[in-house]
Amino acid sequence: MSEAFAIETHDLTKRYDGTTVVDHLNLHIRENEVFGLLGPNGAGKTTTILMLLGLTEPASGTARVFGFDPVREPLQVKKLVGYLPEKVGFYENLTARENLMFITDLNGMSYKEGRLRANEVLEMVGLKDRADMTVNKFSRGMKQRLGIADVLVKKPKLVFLDEPTSGLDPEGINRLLDLIAKLPKMGTTVVLSSHQLYQVQRVCDSVGILSKGKMVIQGSIQELGRKALAGGRYVIEVQTENPTAQLVDVIRGIKGVSSVEIQDNNLLITTEADLRAEISKAIVQNNFMLIQMKIQEFSLDDIYMKYFKEN
Amino acid sequence: MAAILRKELADYFTSIRFIIFFALTFLAAAAGLLAASQRIRSFNIPEGFVFLGLYTTPGTVLPSLATLLTFLIPLIGIALGFDAINSERTGGTLSRILSQPIFRDSVINGKFLAGVVTMTVMIGTTLGLVAGYGLAMIGVPPKPEEIIRLFIFLVLAIAYGAFWLGLAMLFSIVLKRVASSLLISLGVWLFFSIFISLVAPAIANAISPISPGGQEAEAIRNYEIQQMVLRFSPNTLFQEATNALLLPMIVGSLGAVSSAQASFMIANPLSFTQSLVLVWPHLTTLISLSVICFAISYVMFMRQEIRAT
Repeated sequence: MSEAFAIETHDLTKRYDGTTVVDHLNLHIRENEVFGLLGPNGAGKTTTILMLLGLTEPASGTARVFGFDPVREPLQVKKLVGYLPEKVGFYENLTARENLMFITDLNGMSYKEGRLRANEVLEMVGLKDRADMTVNKFSRGMKQRLGIADVLVKKPKLVFLDEPTSGLDPEGINRLLDLIAKLPKMGTTVVLSSHQLYQVQRVCDSVGILSKGKMVIQGSIQELGRKALAGGRYVIEVQTENPTAQLVDVIRGIKGVSSVEIQDNNLLITTEADLRAEISKAIVQNNFMLIQMKIQEFSLDDIYMKYFKEN
Repeated sequence: MAAILRKELADYFTSIRFIIFFALTFLAAAAGLLAASQRIRSFNIPEGFVFLGLYTTPGTVLPSLATLLTFLIPLIGIALGFDAINSERTGGTLSRILSQPIFRDSVINGKFLAGVVTMTVMIGTTLGLVAGYGLAMIGVPPKPEEIIRLFIFLVLAIAYGAFWLGLAMLFSIVLKRVASSLLISLGVWLFFSIFISLVAPAIANAISPISPGGQEAEAIRNYEIQQMVLRFSPNTLFQEATNALLLPMIVGSLGAVSSAQASFMIANPLSFTQSLVLVWPHLTTLISLSVICFAISYVMFMRQEIRAT
């Protein structure tokens, strides 16, 4: 992850027939991270992506993709950005490789270069042995994988993936998520739009939740979870042999601990910061047996549900 | 744009649709050639321009090649253009192409150009084949003037086809469904090739009825109004221009000639430059019609919203 921004928007707004679909959106996505764009249907995710690609003009506000304005310099943006639409389509009468080589041709690669690159990405998505099969014989999942290959074939610096895992079997999903997680290391920033919260949580460094065209919340999942569910605090769960009032007092005495609760053999400690080291030291020094200790993780499901219950 | 042109041409030349229409054009050429050979051999040798007679002489049953082309070229144009954009939209490939670093207009330019090139190949080879076989059959070589006339005819035929291609592409942009753009294109074709010849006399009679006594001036005026209505149809324009170009012996003017006048006409072929003067408005109208169709398509396509779903 670097500090430079791949995407910056300022008050980006889009209206269709009087209804505001995207409403003064301020979005910042860092280079070389996997960003999850979440939100219910109709929240404006696809419209935002189309505006960032320069396929749709915003009503007001500005956007910058690697410093380029999608409205005024769409070709510069499209050179760097790949887009996998939710409903991806291919020329059914052409083979997988021909479909990809049409894209490399459109991107100004030579025949030889394009063929090489097409073979490379087909191998990445596991379609190498199907390269010369026409697409009309492809299954839904194979088409989806070809879609990923299609996005990567132009060596993009940023890719937008709209529901990339739909139609894939569990194994295919795993392979795809692994591939997505690898992309930032190869210099590609990923914006993933999905409803599969578990999958988003697995690969995304940070997420943004859109609702009715507005960004409700944005940040890393752990950060969001603490903010949303624990009031910004950490919850540390400690299992000891026999928790006593004495131990509770000891832990309460550590600086930064705000409360301690006993649940069976477990202590639930709420703290202002990650105090695992201090707590374990205190337990051991006071001759208690520490069996295990873990910091509570927040699931994206909980965060998502909490935000949509509130709205 | 070169990439799109390449792909579209490859698509056209390998599609079943193209092969069928190519076969149909060859069939028409064969039929026209057969028809011409019957008549040219038996009695009615058009004097002066024997070679052009290959293209224009109808047989006893079969129509001439020029007549067949009047029907066939619009169908080829429609077949090449009716699903140009909306099939890409429904197939989900349009948003994929438009997210590549190309100008949006190169999509439509490339498609239109590929269609025109395909039609040029089709019509050009047909005319060439007829010329070759015809030469072997009748043994009369073409005069230089005949070659020039045929070349102008080729340009005319391409302009005529380009109009129908442009119209079909326009419908494929405006209408979301492939079936509706095909039906409406065919409807327009049917109107201009058949119905307008039924409507034209009715309009002429309404504007300038011929009184029972029947003065000649009234009849001429009625006929001229009919012609004017008919000339709204690109098919009529093509037919008239074809006659003027390829039948210089018979066509002295495109206006009304009474049978009394005709009997005094001397069999004197129109010179090439005079024929050209005669068809110039037709040719320019056909070209501008295709340009207008294309321009409207262009503007509509540039303004259309591209939603992924």
